[in-house]
Amino acid sequence: MILVFCELKDGQLRKPSAEALSEGRRLADASGKQLGALFVGASCAGAADAAKYGADVILTAEGGTLASYSSDAFAQVVADAVKAKGATVLLAAATAVGKDVAPRAAARLAAGYASDATALSIVDGKLQAVRPVYAGKAFATTSFASAFQVATTRPNVFPAAEKAGAGAVEALAAPTGDFKAVVKEILAKAGGKVDLSEANVIVSGGRGMKDGANFKLLEEFADAIGGVVGASRAAVDAGWGLPHSMQVGQTGKVVSPTLYIACGISGAIQHIAGMSGSKFIVAINKDPEAPIFKLASYGIVGDLFEVVPELTKAAKAMGIGSN
Amino acid sequence: MKILVALKQVPDTESRIKVAADGRSLDPADVKWITSPYDEYALEEAIRIKEAKGAEVVALSVGTDAAKDVLKNALALGADTAVLLKGDGQGDAFAVAQMIAAYVKDKGFDLILCGNKGLGGDNAAMGPMLAELLGVGQANVVVKLELGEGTFSAERETDGGSELVVGALPAVITAQKGLNEPRYASLKGIMAAKKKTIEELDAAPAVAGAQVSALALPPERPAGRKLEGEPAAQAQALLQALKDEAKVF
Ligand SMILES: Cc1cc2nc3c(=O)[nH]c(=O)nc-3n(C[C@@H](O)[C@H](O)[C@H](O)COP(=O)(O)OP(=O)(O)OC[C@H]3O[C@@H](n4cnc5c(N)ncnc54)[C@H](O)[C@@H]3O)c2cc1C
Ligand SMILES: Cc1cc2nc3c(=O)[nH]c(=O)nc-3n(C[C@H](O)[C@H](O)[C@H](O)COP(=O)(O)OP(=O)(O)OC[C@H]3O[C@@H](n4cnc5c(N)ncnc54)[C@H](O)[C@@H]3O)c2cc1C
Repeated sequence: MILVFCELKDGQLRKPSAEALSEGRRLADASGKQLGALFVGASCAGAADAAKYGADVILTAEGGTLASYSSDAFAQVVADAVKAKGATVLLAAATAVGKDVAPRAAARLAAGYASDATALSIVDGKLQAVRPVYAGKAFATTSFASAFQVATTRPNVFPAAEKAGAGAVEALAAPTGDFKAVVKEILAKAGGKVDLSEANVIVSGGRGMKDGANFKLLEEFADAIGGVVGASRAAVDAGWGLPHSMQVGQTGKVVSPTLYIACGISGAIQHIAGMSGSKFIVAINKDPEAPIFKLASYGIVGDLFEVVPELTKAAKAMGIGSN
Repeated sequence: MKILVALKQVPDTESRIKVAADGRSLDPADVKWITSPYDEYALEEAIRIKEAKGAEVVALSVGTDAAKDVLKNALALGADTAVLLKGDGQGDAFAVAQMIAAYVKDKGFDLILCGNKGLGGDNAAMGPMLAELLGVGQANVVVKLELGEGTFSAERETDGGSELVVGALPAVITAQKGLNEPRYASLKGIMAAKKKTIEELDAAPAVAGAQVSALALPPERPAGRKLEGEPAAQAQALLQALKDEAKVF
């Protein structure tokens, strides 16, 4: 079996989990295996959604002890499920929780681990993962020697394709308390908008924005085209009141949207490290020599304070965000 | 209080990346080696704890002789002692976790600080794997850490938000940008470090779970197109191209 650790948000399957499931379905078909979806938490209502993305079996570990996230508890549940179901491949989406629980579960299974995979395959009965390394300047193929193989899938890379599965639900026992570390409090929430790492369209601003208040221009444009706003480190560090959670790059978020629009960003390697996986890149910069243009599918040499408002206007006129 | 800091030597981001003749490793010719930046936050945090409430700080790296540079720097910054676990430079995060776990066992460490990911390798795996092997709690991608009597409380970054993780010591904490502002080594520190020796030990035997079987440069991005004209025309042309050619909308 190929088992996918899945996450719910407000009772619905998270998109990165749907993507991981879809990829799991593809691998299961290619290797003649079953696909299992695993949910862990106080309530797993909504887990049935996994059948839409091809899950043959839906495992739910539900219980009061799992109400707050605990990496040691979750890793235990996940590793136990892998063993109980005779799964050899464990996948999770590379989200904050996925990246926290998967390597810990891997160690419990004495398994190798590949983080943030952008391509997966089964070779000679074992998982093989391709993942970006060295700030996106190279791709490494990870091969496994271990009996179990664990990987996380980078959000927005694998398509979430609907394909009906049997989705037979099976309940697993929840562990009985006494965990080493537990989440006590959610300090800040993502808010209504999707997180940068899951966004399909990102509009980012850099030092060229000159001031935090000017990010309103980007917000308006992003709203018009259904995007989310990000920033370079120079902008985040400038004291403009932008949170670090907005930062794209090596020391910020690694994003892989379909469209990334860089406004007043020069294209330093540390910034590129966070966004070179974007499918289409647009650069808006007044300096024609800015390195960002080397990556750009489309470039506009010009003053962003003139161009961005025109973009917002044109997007509204064309009714782009409304479909 | 006894603190271990795990430091990894990594290629500087600015380094040109060339694939070696074996097709699976990095050609070290033009590479400048540095301490992984996240590990610098981990070390700084350890030194601050030492300054605030007293602690013994041990800096540790798994690697070849080359990794001594990282440890010398850690001594200059304020680590009390430094340990090099010598290996052949091969292996994965799981192998490194086993080696560090074998070293840590029975030495009475209260806290283990790591980077949240090794720059370049980016697996973000060694810390959680070590925590599991040691049977202790973990908090990853931490931007704020407070220690109590045998307890910790850590703020960690999540998808677009943050959460507070509490647990018992010993624990593994992995550092993120924002945890602190690392200091530079003082001349006094550098001079004092010169008198200290790095303890060299053979790394315990370990079994790797994964390996890099091929390393390749990314495909070239197709040449882009500049959109000409007045801002209004440029804006119109861009959105049209994104709609018709790229089919983004
Ligand atoms: C004997 C031996 C020597 C090695 N020497 C090197 C080397 O010189 N350079 C290299 O790039 N890879 C080396 N490796 C590979 C291995 O260290 C990598 O850590 C592993 O492949 C995962 O890399 P990562 O950056 O993705 O780690 P991550 O899991 O992202 O690292 C997370 C954190 O774990 C800690 N950590 C990770 N690796 C080490 C380490 N080697 N020593 C101390 N702390 C560490 C750091 O705090 C780091 O921030 C060696 C492996 C072995 C077994
Ligand atoms: C260890 C390390 C980690 C780092 N991590 C990150 C990271 O995670 N993310 C990150 O982004 N950076 C990171 N950096 C910083 C990085 O090196 C750059 O300094 C940073 O990305 C520059 O941001 P910028 O492009 O916004 O600013 P600049 O490089 O100053 O570029 C501003 C651009 O705006 C243009 N501009 C100015 N005015 C206008 C206008 N009116 N209209 C149009 N264009 C205009 C200019 O031509 C220029 O190209 C890191 C650096 C280090 C050393």
